[in-house]
Amino acid sequence: MFTPQTEQDKQEMLQALGVSSVKDLLTISPDLLYPALDLPNALTEQELAAHMQELASKNKPLKNFIGAGCYEHFIPAAVPALSSRGEFLTAYTPYQAEASQGTLQTIYEFQSAICALFDMDVATASHYDGATAMTEAALACHRITNRTEIIISSHLHPHYKEVLKTYTQHLGLTIKEAKSTPAGTLDVEALKAQLSDQTACVVLPNPNFLGYLEEVDTISQITHESGALLVAVVNPISLGVLKTPGAYGADFAVAEGQCLGNPMSFGGPGLGIMTAKKAYVRQLPGRIVGIAKDHDGRRAFVLTLQAREQHIRREKASSNICSNEAICALNAVIYLTLLGPKGLQEVAELNVERAHQLADKISQVKGFEVETKSPFFNEFVVVCPIPAGQVIEKLAQKGIGAGYNLNRADKTKHNRLLVCATEMRSEKDIQAYVDALGEI
Amino acid sequence: MKEILKQGELSIEKSRPGRRGVRFAAVRRPAGDYLPGSCLRTQEPNLPELSEFDTVRHFTRLSQLNYSLDAQFYPLGSCTMKYNPKAYDTLSVLPSFASAHPFAPQIAVQGTLQILYELQELLKKITGLAAFTLQPAAGAHGELTGILTVRAYHDAHGNANRTEVIVPDTAHGTNPATANMAGYSVINIKSAADGCVDKEALQAALSEKTAAVMLTVPNTVGLFEKDIREIADMVHKAGALLYMDGANFNALIGLAKPADFGVDVMHLNLHKTFAAPHGGGGPGSGPVGAAAHVAPYLPKPIVTLENGVYTLHDTHESLGKMKAFYGNIAVCLRGYCYLRQFDGETLKTIAENAILNANYVRAKLKGKFNAFFDCPCMHECVLSINPAEMNGVHTTDVAKRLLDYGFYAPTIYFPLIVPEAMMVEPTETESKATLDAFVAALEAIYEEIQTDPQLVKGAPHTQCVNRIDEVSAARQPNLRW
Amino acid sequence: MYNEENCRFAKTHEWAYKEGDVAVVGISNHAQEEISDIVFVDLPKVGTQAVAGKNCCVIESVKSASEIYAPVSGEIVEVNEALNADPALVNREPHAGGWLFKIKMTNPAEFDALLDVNAYKATIQK
Repeated sequence: MFTPQTEQDKQEMLQALGVSSVKDLLTISPDLLYPALDLPNALTEQELAAHMQELASKNKPLKNFIGAGCYEHFIPAAVPALSSRGEFLTAYTPYQAEASQGTLQTIYEFQSAICALFDMDVATASHYDGATAMTEAALACHRITNRTEIIISSHLHPHYKEVLKTYTQHLGLTIKEAKSTPAGTLDVEALKAQLSDQTACVVLPNPNFLGYLEEVDTISQITHESGALLVAVVNPISLGVLKTPGAYGADFAVAEGQCLGNPMSFGGPGLGIMTAKKAYVRQLPGRIVGIAKDHDGRRAFVLTLQAREQHIRREKASSNICSNEAICALNAVIYLTLLGPKGLQEVAELNVERAHQLADKISQVKGFEVETKSPFFNEFVVVCPIPAGQVIEKLAQKGIGAGYNLNRADKTKHNRLLVCATEMRSEKDIQAYVDALGEI
Repeated sequence: MKEILKQGELSIEKSRPGRRGVRFAAVRRPAGDYLPGSCLRTQEPNLPELSEFDTVRHFTRLSQLNYSLDAQFYPLGSCTMKYNPKAYDTLSVLPSFASAHPFAPQIAVQGTLQILYELQELLKKITGLAAFTLQPAAGAHGELTGILTVRAYHDAHGNANRTEVIVPDTAHGTNPATANMAGYSVINIKSAADGCVDKEALQAALSEKTAAVMLTVPNTVGLFEKDIREIADMVHKAGALLYMDGANFNALIGLAKPADFGVDVMHLNLHKTFAAPHGGGGPGSGPVGAAAHVAPYLPKPIVTLENGVYTLHDTHESLGKMKAFYGNIAVCLRGYCYLRQFDGETLKTIAENAILNANYVRAKLKGKFNAFFDCPCMHECVLSINPAEMNGVHTTDVAKRLLDYGFYAPTIYFPLIVPEAMMVEPTETESKATLDAFVAALEAIYEEIQTDPQLVKGAPHTQCVNRIDEVSAARQPNLRW
Repeated sequence: MYNEENCRFAKTHEWAYKEGDVAVVGISNHAQEEISDIVFVDLPKVGTQAVAGKNCCVIESVKSASEIYAPVSGEIVEVNEALNADPALVNREPHAGGWLFKIKMTNPAEFDALLDVNAYKATIQK
């Protein structure tokens, strides 16, 4: 039973309270009490396990070539083995620091590892996901610059665009899309013309949603020349090989960190990564851990800069965030610790190679064309001879997740497929994918 | 044992060049063969170089420096630290659940979608509301979702002039912060002497500018708003909506339905009421429910069942998306497991036991740590000590001293309206024996305050570190290696 | 130099010291004691307009964020940069090195309406 009190315990407790029944303690008015609840029969643990197994069997596992913001990567066994320890999993937010040094140190190490990977000065303990982290970064830029316009790449993830719009629609901000070149990258000249003294920030995904790498240095330069700030949206795994947001001068760099040791889980929980230049640390939303000393001078870890947060500032707080994605951040820091600088470079290089092998082979399939001509990381666009939806359907029948139908992001396009290959796709998987395309 | 641990040694300080934890297959050609040099990173990141064993030992040792619910009683008020059944740890991450891609063809994820659909249905039954979204990633995220839903409702009804949200002074800080994030002005109202909403103050604050009233039920002093129906009528008469913060729903589950109170929109916390673990801060899940007239404005998509197929469905009135994809699905799976293990009768017992446990602690500590409101409470009680008996000791010292007795501290200095507050929520999963031990610890600390206050002020004495200097940490922030 | 005796006070615990048409502003000794260990002062930007009675600066301790209200109206012409490196200066010398900012007054009558030290002290003894 979930409640451990025996009948005898209950009687003793009621006696201590001087009442004869729990009902005597209830302050809910009687006409609201005990509504009829038509719930299914209670399952035993064994029945529940069988029930969940049965539901799980209704999911059809696919050889996954879908990316689009959620990526399948190898998760070393040590990651879940460590993060699922009850000492981490069943702890609360580390408000009593002396009894929470484990969680606090892991967060400090997470912040540090992320700063190292991104080449940024400061990172927070985590945010809900990449989309909300990006949105909060854009809002911080608005507060810092006192400007009201946010320019986003037109090839920003469609969900990220929607979240930004939902969050900002009542705050008097304008969102503009920067034009893209026909080749699929941001049109730098057009951006120059769009930037104004009202631009708070440019939101630059790199790789962008189509997988293309942008001219980050030039974009950063012209953004800053206009007095605006740069919010980079990056893929953390790609930073094993790609130029870092710190290196091209991003003021904020955010990311979806699911790829770092977390399963896809149908898109959640994700891991919002939020980093910034040091000057903006007090504009960051959410928890931050710092090093402190205890009264004997020993190194200790503690939640710090808390006066930014909602439990102190209430309606004056810049964000309402409270719970975050601590276990996902723990998975990420364990993953980064296991891989180290070399392992991270290796996995990133494998992504580059497998994706390029796949692109190369697809371009040789009759009727299929790889649209991506410029540099890409692990994802690219394929133009199909038939609607992409049909390709997806046909490959699903063969147990293959063909990709993301770009029709979902742009209703005018029907034949374009966004395809991804990570280190999880072997050369054999790639051949099977290409063969399946050939049979269409 | 702890002496051989080098206190606070970071993974980067244990790093040895050349050590490896994980290896990947060799590539045929380096990235520079595929990508131009201008795209590439020039310097290796400063990450630790450790073996797998080093890593396992490092993080295992760190875990041992934590208090955790599995090992200790966590009487944190408003946090509902109830036992997290182990079965859900594995059932929520079965391979075909964990490996489901959010953009997989929907025929390939029918199992996951069915669970999400059924969870929506179960939450509807428990609350009496018309629809639920599972998208919000946490309680505060649920609040923002709920208030933006309210805003979308008002916008659709030509009520753009409604620019204010009323929040009682007992509310969690997230409530006013949420209203502010949604672009509303916050009107704070004081509570009445009995700890409930001051109806006169509420009436005075309500106007044609009011968009919503945010109420936590039971409220943060652990009391049920006895006039909730009357309050709902006042709110509705003013043309505003009633938002219920359901963070404390554990006290109501099976006992009463928010829809019967007149609630229009509310959020629940799967990581509180529905036994998902807190994970040292997250991930949580904060589903939002709405009454029929507000339901179309919830975020998109929601899961529907059409001709035997579970589908992600967008409504065009929807306020939009609150996060990428569909929600913290793995946490939703845990919530679903929880609800399938209990029928209505058992849920009622759970709420009743939560209430019994809180009242038992309140009664046992009477005379030393008195309840601020001397009446039966719901799932939590707010205690404080008579300042005259404190001998210079503060609540924070009592909290730290409790750690020495093997208990986590209650929520302290909240709610703000109670001086030196200690908010205790035992939850239904703690036994009478644990509660007795906790009461005995607080009684012992009470004696220490009288006889040896310095002992309490200097606590904790038994942790891996003693009292931490938070002031210098904030003045000279060191936030990374 | 400014001290308790030659300053005027707002009921919200700010002091102002008149230097020609400029008011030097800080917080009272009582206020710094209440806030306790100050860890950060979020100073206003030079050039912004302060309005008497309106919030224009925030002082943070570990557990609180306190709003500081402008005792007089006018343009912020200087802020105490030393507080960025050493916010505790406000605790140590609330009436000297711990001043916050200077306002070029647009309405000197506002200054004259502030409390003198005795009247201020009477308000905090209540």
